[in-house]
Amino acid sequence: MSVGAPKLAIERLQAGYGDVQVLWDITIEVGTGELVCLIGSNGAGKTTLMRCISGLLAITAGQIVVDGRSMAQATPADFLRAGIVHVPEGRRLFSAMSVRDNLLMGAYLRDDKERIAEDLDRVYAMFPILAERRRQDAGTLSGGEQQMCALGRGLMARPSLVLIDELSLGLAPRVMELLSERLREINRSGVAVLLVEQDVMNALELATRAYVIDQGRVTKAGLSASLASDPAIREAYMGIA
Amino acid sequence: MNTLGMKSWIALAVVAVLLAALPLVGSNYFLRIATTVCMYAVMAQSWNFIGGLAGYPSFATAAFFGFGAYTSAILQNHDAPMLLAWGSAGLAAFLFAAFLGGAILHLRGHYFAIASLIIAEMLREIVNTLPDFTGGGKGLNLPFLRISVTAQAQFFFYAMLALAILCTGAAIVIHRSKLGFGLRCIQQNEDAASILGVNAYGYKTAAFCLSAVFVGVAGAIYASWVNYIDPPDVFDVLLAIKPMVMVLLGGLGTIFGPPLGAVILLSFEELVWRSFLTVHAAALGFIIVVLVLFLPNGILALVRERLVGRGTVT
Repeated sequence: MSVGAPKLAIERLQAGYGDVQVLWDITIEVGTGELVCLIGSNGAGKTTLMRCISGLLAITAGQIVVDGRSMAQATPADFLRAGIVHVPEGRRLFSAMSVRDNLLMGAYLRDDKERIAEDLDRVYAMFPILAERRRQDAGTLSGGEQQMCALGRGLMARPSLVLIDELSLGLAPRVMELLSERLREINRSGVAVLLVEQDVMNALELATRAYVIDQGRVTKAGLSASLASDPAIREAYMGIA
Repeated sequence: MNTLGMKSWIALAVVAVLLAALPLVGSNYFLRIATTVCMYAVMAQSWNFIGGLAGYPSFATAAFFGFGAYTSAILQNHDAPMLLAWGSAGLAAFLFAAFLGGAILHLRGHYFAIASLIIAEMLREIVNTLPDFTGGGKGLNLPFLRISVTAQAQFFFYAMLALAILCTGAAIVIHRSKLGFGLRCIQQNEDAASILGVNAYGYKTAAFCLSAVFVGVAGAIYASWVNYIDPPDVFDVLLAIKPMVMVLLGGLGTIFGPPLGAVILLSFEELVWRSFLTVHAAALGFIIVVLVLFLPNGILALVRERLVGRGTVT
C-alpha cells in the first residue's frame, strides 16, 4: 500500500481535443507499487486519459501530481524522467527496426550503458521469445509477441509506474494469461501499474483497486473484489444479468 | 568512427576529386550540365532530410530555392558582395524554414504536403506585389562577373560542386547522428517516438531547416549564374517535384541515393528528351509511375539486395 505521497495523483482533470471535451473532473490515485485498473467501454476516454498522464496531450483543467510534484507543462520526456512509462494502445512498435532496437529505444533517454544492458537481459529473461527473435523486424512478430515487445520496451526505461493501454486487445487467452502473470511479476518487484482495459474480468482479477470510467467521468471506484460482485458492473460490463 | 562511416567519407572524397578534375576534360556546355547536376544533387539531398529521414512529404523545395535566389539577388542589388549574399541566403532560408515549421509541421501526410506546396505560390504572390523591392513580374538582374565565359563556367561549376560536397558531408554526419536516428523513429511511428521521449517537434523542425539551408544557397548561386531571375523561373513547381523523383529513384533515406538519382534523371533528360521535346512532361510522369510500381525503394536498394542477397534479416 502507499506510504507518503502517492506515486500518481490526478485531481479534477479535464481534457479534450480542440473544441471537443472528452474528460470531466477525473480524480484518480495510484500508490507506490499498487496495481490499479481503469475499466470502461470503447470511447469512454481511457486512452485520452493515458495520453494526458504521459504528457502527449495538454490538460485544460485540474492537475497531475507525480511523487508530490506538479507536472504542469511537462513534456513526455519529463514524465519519463519522473519514472512514468506509457505502453500505448496498439503496441506502436517501430516496424522496420529489429526487436532488439525497439527494446533499446525504451532506454532512449538513459545513458547508463551497463545498466541498460542489464535491463535488456532482464527483459529477455522475462520474455524468452523476444530473445529468440531479437534480430527480426518487429513488424513480423505475432500480436502477442508484439505486446510483449511493447511491454519490454516500456520496462527498459526502469519505470516506477507503467501505464498500460489495452493489454488484451486482439490477443488469444493463452497469451493473455502469460502476460498477466508477467504483469504480476513486474508489480511484485515494486513497479506500480495503471492498467486500462476493456476486458473487465481480467482487469479486476489482476488489480487490487479499480476505477470505472464512463463517458469521460469516473463513475465508480473501489476494491476490485467489491466491484466484481457489484451487480451494476456485472450487468454493464460483463453481460451477466 | 566505424568502417561504414569511413567508407562514406572516402567515397565522398574520391567523387569530389574526380569531379574537381572535370573542367580539364569537359567543354563549357558539359560543365553547364554538370553544374545543373550538382545543383539538383543538393536539392535532392536536402529534400531527403525531411522527406526521406523524417517521412514528411515536403513540396517546399521550390519555395526555399526561390527564397534563396531572391534574398541573394536583392542583397546584391543593394551592393552586397556576392559570397556574403550567398551565405545570407542560406541563413535566411534556414530561419524561414524554422518559422514555417512552426506553422505547418503539426500537419501530417497529405495535409502537410498541400500546405508545403502552397508556400511557393505564396512567395510568388508576395514577390509580384512588391515590385519596388523585388522587381515584381519583371524580374531582377544580377551583376555580371567580369571574367571570361570559360572562367565563369568553371567558377559556377566549382561553386555548385562545393555546395554539393558540403551538403553530402552534412548528410553523412546527420544520418549517423542521434538526430538522424530520431528522425527515422519519427518516420516509422511518430506517436511511439514521442512517448519514448524523442523531441519530435524539435527534430522535425531541424530536418525542415536542413532541407532549406542548402537549397537556399543553391538558389542564390543559380541567380548569380544566370544573372536574371523572375518568379515563374525560381518558384517553378518542378523544382519541388524533380528532387523528390531523384530521391525515390536513387534510394529514399540513403546518403548517396539522392545524388545518384540526380545524375540518373538528368542524364536521362539530357540524352533522351532532347529528342522528345513535346512529351517532356509526360515522360516525367511516366517515370514516376514506373518508380512507384517497380522500384519503390530506389536503385540503391536494388543494388543492395543483389549484393547482400534476398531474405536477409538485419
